[in-house]
Amino acid sequence: MAHDNNRGKLLTRRAIMLAGGQLALLGTLAGRLYYLQVVQADRYAMQADENRINIRLLAPPRGRITDRFGVPLATNQPTYRATLVAEQTGDITATLDAVGTLIPLTDSDRRRVMRDVRNKLSFVPVVIRDNLSWEEMARIEVNTLELPGVSIEQALTRYYPFGEAASHVVGYVAAVSEQDLSADDPLLELPDFRIGKSGIEKAYDLNLRGTAGTSQVEVNAFGRVVRELAREEGMPGQDIALGLDMALQDLAVKRCSAQGSASCVALDAWTGEVLVLTSTPGFDPGAFSAGLTPAMWQKLVSDPLNPLSNKAISGTYAPGSTFKPMVALAALEAGLITPDTEFYCPGFFQLGNSVFHCWKKGGHGNISLRRAIRESCDVFFYHCADLLGIDRIAQMANRFGLGVNLNLDIPGEKAGLIPTRAWKMATTGVPWQRGETISCGIGQSFVSVTPLQLAIYVARLVTSRAVLPRLERRHGVMTPATPVAATVDSDFASLGVQQAHLNAVLDGMFAVVNEPHGTAYGARITDPGMTMGGKTGTAQVHHYSEAERAHGHLTGASVPWKNRDHALFIGFAPVSAPRYVCAVVVEHGGATGGEGGAVAAPIAHDVLLEAQKRDPVRRVPEPPFAAPTTVAQG
Amino acid sequence: MHSILDSSAPRQNLALKLLGVNWGLVLLLGCIAGVGFAMLYSAANGHWEPWASKQMIRFAVAVMVMLGVATVDLRFWMRSAYMIYGLTFLLLVAVEVRGAVGMGAQRWIDLGVIQLQPSELMKIAVVLALARYFSVLTPEEIGRPTRLFVPALLVLLPAALVMKQPDLGTAMMLVLSGGAIFFLVGVRWWKFVLVLMAGGGVIPVAWRFLKDYQKNRIYTFLNPENDPLGAGYHSLQSKIAIGSGGLFGKGFLMGSQSHLSFLPERQTDFIFTMLAEEFGLVGGLVLLGLYMLVFVYGFAIAFRSRSHFGRILALGVTINVFLYVFINTAMVMGLIPVVGVPLPLISYGGTAMLTVMFGFGLMMCVYVHRDARIGRGGDE
Repeated sequence: MAHDNNRGKLLTRRAIMLAGGQLALLGTLAGRLYYLQVVQADRYAMQADENRINIRLLAPPRGRITDRFGVPLATNQPTYRATLVAEQTGDITATLDAVGTLIPLTDSDRRRVMRDVRNKLSFVPVVIRDNLSWEEMARIEVNTLELPGVSIEQALTRYYPFGEAASHVVGYVAAVSEQDLSADDPLLELPDFRIGKSGIEKAYDLNLRGTAGTSQVEVNAFGRVVRELAREEGMPGQDIALGLDMALQDLAVKRCSAQGSASCVALDAWTGEVLVLTSTPGFDPGAFSAGLTPAMWQKLVSDPLNPLSNKAISGTYAPGSTFKPMVALAALEAGLITPDTEFYCPGFFQLGNSVFHCWKKGGHGNISLRRAIRESCDVFFYHCADLLGIDRIAQMANRFGLGVNLNLDIPGEKAGLIPTRAWKMATTGVPWQRGETISCGIGQSFVSVTPLQLAIYVARLVTSRAVLPRLERRHGVMTPATPVAATVDSDFASLGVQQAHLNAVLDGMFAVVNEPHGTAYGARITDPGMTMGGKTGTAQVHHYSEAERAHGHLTGASVPWKNRDHALFIGFAPVSAPRYVCAVVVEHGGATGGEGGAVAAPIAHDVLLEAQKRDPVRRVPEPPFAAPTTVAQG
Repeated sequence: MHSILDSSAPRQNLALKLLGVNWGLVLLLGCIAGVGFAMLYSAANGHWEPWASKQMIRFAVAVMVMLGVATVDLRFWMRSAYMIYGLTFLLLVAVEVRGAVGMGAQRWIDLGVIQLQPSELMKIAVVLALARYFSVLTPEEIGRPTRLFVPALLVLLPAALVMKQPDLGTAMMLVLSGGAIFFLVGVRWWKFVLVLMAGGGVIPVAWRFLKDYQKNRIYTFLNPENDPLGAGYHSLQSKIAIGSGGLFGKGFLMGSQSHLSFLPERQTDFIFTMLAEEFGLVGGLVLLGLYMLVFVYGFAIAFRSRSHFGRILALGVTINVFLYVFINTAMVMGLIPVVGVPLPLISYGGTAMLTVMFGFGLMMCVYVHRDARIGRGGDE
């Protein structure tokens, strides 16, 4: 018990010492607080109110998008806007009234300002009006003294010089949405930051965006910058050069627009560079940057011609007769026919109880491959398809890029469909029917492809390589120093198809355009050395009953627009050494309800002829496009 | 002395034990936690989400835990002291190993409802283990240096692990509260002096083991104005915020520095800064006064306890909480380098709340069983 008492006393003594120590330390804390909050209070209050260190993000200028010659397709334009900081303004209504005498302010502007002022912290700037003209900006700037809390901010907005014409390729930028915020970039937090939402703007957004700079500033109690302490410039976004030739694109857009809803794709078959990619009607990409009104949005999405859809890559159409060269090639490669094989066309093809008609009622009689392509005889290809079976057709079609994703470097591409036995079993549970192969043999039934796939298909026919499309130009803007591809890009693997078979098919396609019985004779190119080859196609949209068929009037202007057939054409030029390829799809036969040869082929004619005249793949660029044009970048 | 809480009754009625809990202290803790809720409400710019509401639920749970701990027999805690310490130590090793295996500097174990930080629990486990160890030693035994070897390890092993995490603040707290208990039980002055001198020799070596950011914090502490935008930013902004609060503060929800986001971590380690900015010197002193009352309670409970274990435990917990408060407030006032130690019951955070309330539970347990006599092995 004695030592218990001893150690108890010792503990008490030591505890009291500790308590004393703690008291002293607490005293120190209290003293420190007194020192900071009373003795030094004025100094710190001043630092807090007049000397706030503020770090601001500097948005880098977004990279420009140009065509292959440096023609700007998307640039930045300086714009001005008026902002207001609530805590410096005092009477907000009175200030808005004063601003209203200088620049036009709508009631909805005022309501929005009042709402933002309520919802945001009082020191956060609220936008009074965007997109001020230079004159409006100056009027406010001169009167700043009478407008407490109001200031002018300069910003860069996206500008698309060609508007609709390149809208689907270039895409557009718009305000950052909730989903985009998951990406870890402080720039996205900036209230007026714009992010690529479609096309090249989206696909190359990270390259175009650049990285944020920072500016560390001292801000006084009125929110005005006292001085800049340090500034770290961000990295401006990279410029992106496309393989597009804007002059050619413009021509294609004009010709397609005349037909309503249409699309056109032209490629450099040797490199896969996309020279033209149109989808009409287009939209104004600049409108998205400023923010669409609900009415504008409603108009865009309810338009039956579907302006927001990029039909060149996401429109899927039955290829119709443009499919026939591929079927012929498959039959040649399989050894089922030779270039000299003849079939007899009585005007129909009978399989059991089913009858498949040739477009030509009386039939073509004995017909060989070359004539069959030239005159688009259906029966010849019914025979080929029946001999091949659907799986061999699908295999060859996929090899030529039909029904597969081509990984074009903008989002939105559709794969289309080339049916197989396995596909039908898996999706419908019903076995493939022999008769279905017959319709597929002329590109109808389940078969559907995109205009881009059709263009790639032709590029592969003329090069016998697995050419892939690409919008961005690997070598940047063309300069006299840029290497001009003199041969087919050897990066593309050979398709392993016999050249003799390709030649037989291409010869048929030459005949289509250049011989009087050819289905596109009217669209031939007569300029020496620029001759075009190709194939017309008509895609059935509406499935006709036997009764309708007997009644006649299956094509042309007498049929309702929605039910009219699509008109297609694929072509290449010059036939001596094909380099430019083109695919055109005119929905529902366009303005006149015409067929491939009458509506689509003339567009391809114009594009391919102009392509050869301009020769964008070899053209040495000339001013003003040779040097990158200088556009204000802020 | 006769009391209804006479521990000679082997099984005290739970209701009686609850009645015997020091309700004045509970009320006091509630006041401090209430200040915390108000500050978290302000930190979220006047919203209960995301912090204040969660903190209130945590506090409610922690009060239950505290009352539970208080009503358990004190001898149970004495018997389990080493086991609790051992388990906590294993958890600490577990997070260390897992961190080393590649999960990064993860210091917690996710239990779903709460992310448990073993280093936080260790602060109380060490106090418990040391109280158990020293409660059975005579002054003569304490005088023998060999007897100090084991308790020194009890403190230094976890401190080393925590230091490696790296968590300078917690390591500092473990060593300081351990040292304070050594001092309490009567270890001679000259031994402390010896250790301090040895420590002085070790500093240059230890310096090399510090991470760059830890070195920076010490450099910056020595001269914060040097680097106002970099490492000294926290310290400087905290002082500006406190100083600009003045005598009476800028008013609730009106702390411009805190709300302009100049102040980092305003809901956790720098919450005192916000309080001092919004309520001024008066508010800061009132809060420190509330804490001081808690310490007074702690000392009173310790002096009133008949068992040596109870006394050491109550004092140990008191010192522990004091260290939390002192290190945190001294840090935000720029008296010591910026280290990660929360302000007990006020900073947003689950484990710290639970640990501190567990500690108070032990303190109350000592109060409830103040008349118990406990033998060497935790028996009667």
